[in-house]
Amino acid sequence: MKEKNKGSKIPDKVWLLISFAVAMVLWYLLSLNPKTARSFPNIVVTIKATQTMLERGVFWKDIQSSLISVSAGFVLGFILSLPTAILMAWYRPVRNIIEPWIQFVRNIPPLAYVPLVVISAGVGRKPQIIVITIATFLIMTITIYQGVINIDETLIKAARVLGATDKDIFLRVIAPATLPFIMTAVRLGASVALTTLIAAESTGASAGLGMRIRSLNNSFESEPMLLYIIIIGIIGITVEKVIKLLERKLTGWQEKREI
Amino acid sequence: MAGEERNIKLKIENVKKIYNSRNGEMIALNGVNLNIAENEFICVVGPSGCGKSTLLNIIAGLLEPTSGNVYCDGKKVVGTGTERGVVFQQYALFPWMTVKKNVMFGLNLQGIKGEEAEERAMKYIKMVQLEDFLNHYPKELSGGMKQRVAIARAYAVNPSVLLMDEPFGALDAQTRTQLQSELLETWEKEQKTCFFITHDVDEAIILAQKVIIMSARPGRIKEIVDINIPYPRTQETKMSPEFLDLKNHIWGQVYHEYLEVRK
Repeated sequence: MKEKNKGSKIPDKVWLLISFAVAMVLWYLLSLNPKTARSFPNIVVTIKATQTMLERGVFWKDIQSSLISVSAGFVLGFILSLPTAILMAWYRPVRNIIEPWIQFVRNIPPLAYVPLVVISAGVGRKPQIIVITIATFLIMTITIYQGVINIDETLIKAARVLGATDKDIFLRVIAPATLPFIMTAVRLGASVALTTLIAAESTGASAGLGMRIRSLNNSFESEPMLLYIIIIGIIGITVEKVIKLLERKLTGWQEKREI
Repeated sequence: MAGEERNIKLKIENVKKIYNSRNGEMIALNGVNLNIAENEFICVVGPSGCGKSTLLNIIAGLLEPTSGNVYCDGKKVVGTGTERGVVFQQYALFPWMTVKKNVMFGLNLQGIKGEEAEERAMKYIKMVQLEDFLNHYPKELSGGMKQRVAIARAYAVNPSVLLMDEPFGALDAQTRTQLQSELLETWEKEQKTCFFITHDVDEAIILAQKVIIMSARPGRIKEIVDINIPYPRTQETKMSPEFLDLKNHIWGQVYHEYLEVRK
């Protein structure tokens, strides 16, 4: 059941600080080692790179652009995945026709099909959103679908013998029972949206964190590159924390939670 | 004749159930006939796979018989109905609802809301002695408490028939004994027709007025044993010679069927 490490006297927050300190030391060592120094400029110059990017007038634009693409792609992916997953769970033909292809496309790295998307959708915001939508749609559909088909059937039976109609069962049993899986899907989807960013912004974007990293690569400017990588990480972990908080609020009734 | 008819609550008529699986047809029930009188407490025993649960699901309206019919109060059973409540072995509580909300679920479906629903729910929550756990979620309850909630939830919509599918099967011996006497007490207070499945012969004899022994695949009724031990029955009842005789007899029959299955 619930296992909490009561043996350790060090609180979690202190552990977090220790972990942070270890990482900083490691980073510093990497910046000293001549073999890795070019990839890992030290923390001071990396943070100073913020100034450079601000002066170039791209810093906030890049963050804003990426957030717009990621959010739009994610929201579209979610809107499409929810009904698809439910239809797949509900109707066998839908499942049998769609599922193999979801599994098939899911294993193709998005970077591979980006050029094809650009050919049809052109450059700019549109292909970025399309690529992120595809990637998030696939992972969220599979996750929600797994949730719906794993609903404990005795819950549905129990509702039925208490007088529930099909509509009652959908709204009062299936919807709440699926909520934990929807939350997991949201979390995985958000993560996929960010990891697909680089691929999405290789579609001839004019701004964006991923696009900028690629263009900085051409001029070997590793300080702002590392800075941008860290920013993507910070956005990712912030989003995840927010979703987890929401998860705890909405689905705290669950027996156990994994993934 | 007429007098007998009047009392019949459930009439199971020639019920046959065939499952189609990859390995061909499986006859789960073959020609089951049974009359259950109003407010009668029936226990069904038999080896695993004898179709006990299938029969319960058919009476509940969760499964359709391949042929034959079930009548409740003379009306043919088609689908589920709130006059036939079910308690499942796996509790089947809604994990996102508190104890109170779980018990109120069926009432809300009937359009009973607000104070009236709360009052009725409270009555049954008190009956199962969980008034201190109103706002607890199922994950915070023990197995025995969960099953008490499930019983309260079934009672709340006031069914005249209570179908129970090994409700105490997953509980430890002490809790099971406790819940058995609670169930008997409730049944004596608020009479209902009970159809109770178990594989525990002791449980069947201590609870039932009649024990139905089912035969192995295909499921049929092998014998109906009247339990003429007066209520209230207690733990001492289990030491009485009549109890032991019945236990001997029923256990022998069930064991015989169990051996048949193994062949």
